[in-house]
Amino acid sequence: MSPVVSARNVTKRYGSMVALDGVTFSVRENAIYGLLGRNGAGKTTLMRILTGQGFATDGDVQVFGAAPYENDAVLADVCFVKESHRYPDSHTVANTLEAASWLFPSWDEKFAESLVDDFRLPRKRRVKKLSRGELSALGVIIGLASRARLTLFDEPYLGLDAVARQQFYDHLLRDYTEHPRTVILSTHLIDEVGDILEHVLVLDRGRLVVDEEAEILRGQAVTLSGPVETVDELIGSLSELRRDRIGRQVRVTVRGPLEPTARTRAEALGISLEPVSLQQLVVHLTGAPTPDASKELSR
Amino acid sequence: MDEGRPIFQQIAEQIENSIIDGTLAEEAQVPSTNELAAFHRINPATAAKGVNQLVDDGILYKKRGIGMFVSSGARAKLRVRRREQFSDQFLRPMLTEANKLGLSPAEVKDMIDAWGQNR
Repeated sequence: MSPVVSARNVTKRYGSMVALDGVTFSVRENAIYGLLGRNGAGKTTLMRILTGQGFATDGDVQVFGAAPYENDAVLADVCFVKESHRYPDSHTVANTLEAASWLFPSWDEKFAESLVDDFRLPRKRRVKKLSRGELSALGVIIGLASRARLTLFDEPYLGLDAVARQQFYDHLLRDYTEHPRTVILSTHLIDEVGDILEHVLVLDRGRLVVDEEAEILRGQAVTLSGPVETVDELIGSLSELRRDRIGRQVRVTVRGPLEPTARTRAEALGISLEPVSLQQLVVHLTGAPTPDASKELSR
Repeated sequence: MDEGRPIFQQIAEQIENSIIDGTLAEEAQVPSTNELAAFHRINPATAAKGVNQLVDDGILYKKRGIGMFVSSGARAKLRVRRREQFSDQFLRPMLTEANKLGLSPAEVKDMIDAWGQNR
């Protein structure tokens, strides 16, 4: 099956600022991808290029096998829900949804109506009178009800409370199960969505640092704590993400995976092993180096 | 779901546990992958992976167009496997801790006997 998205060596420069630096990946059909990374990592820039709202300085992007930029045939099947989407101020919620129904060929009106009820969105209220959370809910409803073959959500939850976010995840999962399609979800709330992601992309300062199945990432990184000599022996040449030290005790997080024999030995030697959540892993991979590590570098 | 372990493994283990404790009888229908996904709030592909592992192991079988069912003999098979894993999963960590505290295996055995009598 040909990929829904394929990006090859995508680079975006704004003057001397490099927003995306040689990003290469593909997105398969009917899967939920997480696009993760810090603010300014290039997530929105990448999504804009994928949806034809911007173009790459260099490299090649294909969506459904064609270049998306100014390509109506491709874009009709793409829905991009942005963090701060501007819907016309004077339109009501109902007008906005009606306009969306004209834009998206697979629009499900019944589904949209039930979502409006669930998110308790006032149908007759004008867009300019909506609260931040209501605006986000409107975007989420359009993203879900569009049933576009490729749907991108760029941090769609601003102003949504925990209940509304859970509703969004539940609706997304249920509707995706019944109507499989490709979803790319950019978010900072990794712990909240980690379990529904199938594949994870992590951007760090414009570079793609992780392109991996979520199930492989889960349980790969591990934190070992114990006497420094024993821990160092166990981790061998595994790549270190973080090291903290107190006296002769260290706590080291490694990307892993730790071999089963090393795990057994760790237990026997009384070294504690803690799993690293997806969110912690992303923090380690995209965060500042630890004081210890930076000392190593400058030496 | 626990952090740090593949979710599909946890799904497979939970179904295994239900078979071992009898909640899921042999020849009973197992929840569909979509039901599992909705219940555990996980990706349906992940749920399917857990179920398929049990199909590969012969613990579950598929009836085309109907669903997944527990194979007959699955419970006995799982009990044998779990018993084989018992010393690795439970005895080893216990004896490691005992060793750290200076308790000999004989002393641990006495403690187990005493615990059994007091229950």
